[in-house]
Amino acid sequence: MAIDNNKSWIDARLNTTALTKVMMTEYWIPKNINFLWSFGVVLATLFTLLVVSGMFLLMYYKPDTALAFDSVNKVIMQEVAYGWLFRHIHAVAASVVFLVIYIHMFVAIYYGSYKGGREMIWISGMLLFVTFSAEGFSGYMLPWGQMSYWAAQVITNLFGGIPFIGADLVIWIRGNYVVADATLTRFFALHVLILPLIIMGIIGLHMYSLRIPHVNNQEGEEIDFEAEAAKFQAGDKKGSKVMPFWPTFLAEDFFVLSGFMIFFFYLVFFHFNFAMDPINFMPADSMKTPPHIYPEWYFLWSYEVLRGFFFSANLGLVAFGIANVIFFVLPWLDRDPSVKPAHKRPLFRVWFWALIVVMIGLTVYGKLPPTGINAWIGFVFSVSFLVLLLVALPLISKIERKRG
Amino acid sequence: MRELKILVVLIFFVGLTYWGVEPYAHHVMHPEVAPADFTFKDLPKQPTTGDVAKGKELVAAQCTSCHSVNKEGIKLAMSDADAANTYGVVPPDLSNVAAIYDHNFLANFIQNPEGTVKAKPGKYAMPALGISAEDAGSIVAYLASIAAKDMSAKQITEEACVRCHSIKYEGVSRLAATDARIKEYMGSNPPDLSQMIKSKGEHYLDGFINDPQKLLHGTAMPRVGLTKEAQAKVIEHLEKVGDPKKGERNSLALWILGYFAILTVITYLWKVSKFKEVH
Repeated sequence: MAIDNNKSWIDARLNTTALTKVMMTEYWIPKNINFLWSFGVVLATLFTLLVVSGMFLLMYYKPDTALAFDSVNKVIMQEVAYGWLFRHIHAVAASVVFLVIYIHMFVAIYYGSYKGGREMIWISGMLLFVTFSAEGFSGYMLPWGQMSYWAAQVITNLFGGIPFIGADLVIWIRGNYVVADATLTRFFALHVLILPLIIMGIIGLHMYSLRIPHVNNQEGEEIDFEAEAAKFQAGDKKGSKVMPFWPTFLAEDFFVLSGFMIFFFYLVFFHFNFAMDPINFMPADSMKTPPHIYPEWYFLWSYEVLRGFFFSANLGLVAFGIANVIFFVLPWLDRDPSVKPAHKRPLFRVWFWALIVVMIGLTVYGKLPPTGINAWIGFVFSVSFLVLLLVALPLISKIERKRG
Repeated sequence: MRELKILVVLIFFVGLTYWGVEPYAHHVMHPEVAPADFTFKDLPKQPTTGDVAKGKELVAAQCTSCHSVNKEGIKLAMSDADAANTYGVVPPDLSNVAAIYDHNFLANFIQNPEGTVKAKPGKYAMPALGISAEDAGSIVAYLASIAAKDMSAKQITEEACVRCHSIKYEGVSRLAATDARIKEYMGSNPPDLSQMIKSKGEHYLDGFINDPQKLLHGTAMPRVGLTKEAQAKVIEHLEKVGDPKKGERNSLALWILGYFAILTVITYLWKVSKFKEVH
C-alpha cells in the first residue's frame, strides 16, 4: 500500500490523527454544564486507582482461609513497604467509588439524561453498578475477617429464598454447605479476574454509548452538535454552544479531579474506618456471631428494602429483587419522553427529592438494628421506595407529558 | 454561584448520609458508657500500707505455694505447663504486680479475689484465703517495696495480658496454657491481641480493660485493676503492635495532600485560561 510520507510513522499506520479528533479534539461537549459533569472522569480515575492498588495487593494476598487474614493485616499492612497505603487506597476507593456512582446516577436522573436516545448510556451504567456491587461484595470477603465471613454467610443465604432451586443454589454458590475455603477462593477468582474483565468491557460500552448521542446539558436543550461544531471550527469559539472534550472540558475535569483527590486522600490517611469496618479486624470465626451484621454502606438501602418487610421474609426478598433491577427500567417508568431537568418539571422535582430522602432514610435505617420502631420506619421507607418508582413516577410523568 | 449552590446541596446530602451510617449508627449500636474509673470506687477503701517485713513473711507463707516471686528467688513450685494445667492459667509472678495494679484494688483482691475481679461465682482459680485487711495492707506494702519502678510498655503488657492472650504479630504466645485447657477454664479462647487496637479502638479498650463487664456483660475476662498509667502503656503498646505505620501514614499524608492542593491551584488556573478562550 502507499504510505503517506507526510504523516508520522505511527499516524500513517494507525491514523491517530483521526482517532484523536473523534475521541478528543472534535468530541463536542455542551458548554451549559456544571461540575457534576466531571464525575465520570472521577469514576474512571477511581477505577484506575482500584486496579493499580489491587495489582500490588494481589502480589502479597493469599486466598486461603488459614492465611488470608494475616497476609492482609500483617504482611501487607505491616511488612511490605507502603503496603498499608495500597490497602487504604484500595479500601477507601472501593467505598468512595460507590458514593460517586450514586452521585453520577442521581445527576442523570435529575437532568433526565437516561432517556430520549440516551437509554443505552443509562443501561450500561446500571450494568456497571451491578458489576461493581458484585466486585465490592467479593472483595469484602477477601480479608477473611468477622464481617467478611458473616456478610458472606448472610448474603449467600439470600439466594436460598428463591423458589425450588434456592437450597441447591446456595450450595452451588458457596461450593460447600457453609461459607468456607472453596467460597473464598472462588470469590477471589471473581474479584481479581472475572469481574474486572467484565467491568472493563462494560466501561468500553458505556463510553461508546455516550459518544453518539453526546452528553446532556443543564437545561435539557436539544443541541445541533454538527452545526455548533461547525460554528466553533469556523472560529466563533465564544458563540458556539459546544466546546471540545480536549483540552477545554478536560481542563475543568482535571480541576474537579484534583480537588476531589484532596478529599479522597484525606480519607485514605485520616478517616478510613468507614471503609474498613473495625469488626473486620477480628479474624473470621464461624462460632462467634457479631452482635450486629450489616453490609457496607452502599448496600444498606437495598438491604433495608429486604428487611423492611419484617413480617414476611418472602415479601422482603421479592421487594429486594425489584429494588435491584428497578433502576434498569427507569427510562420506561418515566412516561414523559421530553428531556428536561427536574427544575423544569414541577411534579418530577418533588418526586426526585422525595426519592433522595427515601434512599438516605433506607440507608440510615439499613444499618440500625431492626427492632421496635426501627422496623416500622424501615417498612414505611421500603413501601415508599416501591411506590415512588412503580406508581408515582409513571403517574406524574404521564401528567407532565399531557401538560407539555 | 449556581455551581456553589449545587456543591452545598451535594455536601449536605453526602454529610447527612455519612452522619447516619457512621456516628449516629455507632451511637445507637454502642451506647456511651461511663468513662474508665481508675479509682475503682465500687471497692471499699482498704489499708495499703503496713509492715513490709510482715508482708514478706505473709507472702512466703500464704502465696508462694501457687505464685512465684522471681525477683526474690522464689520459683514456681512446678513447671509453667503444669501450673497452667492445674489452675487454668499460670498464676502470675508477684515481683512487679504492685507496679502496674492499683494498690487499693490489690488489697481488696487479696481478701476477696473473685468479687474484686468480677468473675462468675466459682469460676476464679484464686480462692479467698481469709487474710485480714491489715495483713493484706502489709502484703501490698511489701509487694510495692520490691516492684520495678520503670517498666516498659511491652513488659507491662506481657505481665498483664499474656497469661491468657497471645500477641501473634509480635511473636508473643500465651504463657504455657493450651487452647483446650484455657477454654475449659475461661469458657472460650481469649482472642489474640495483635489487631485489638484496630477492631476495638483506643476508646473502647480504655473502658473495657478497666471494667470488662461494663462493656461486654458476661465476658469471662476478669477486671485486672491496672492503674491509669499502666493501662495507658498497655494501649500504647497494642497500638504499636497493631498499627505500627501510623507515624509513616501521618507524615506521608502531608506530602500527598500538599501535592494535590498545589495541583488544584494549577489545574484551576489552567481551566480558567481554557474557558476564557471559549466563553
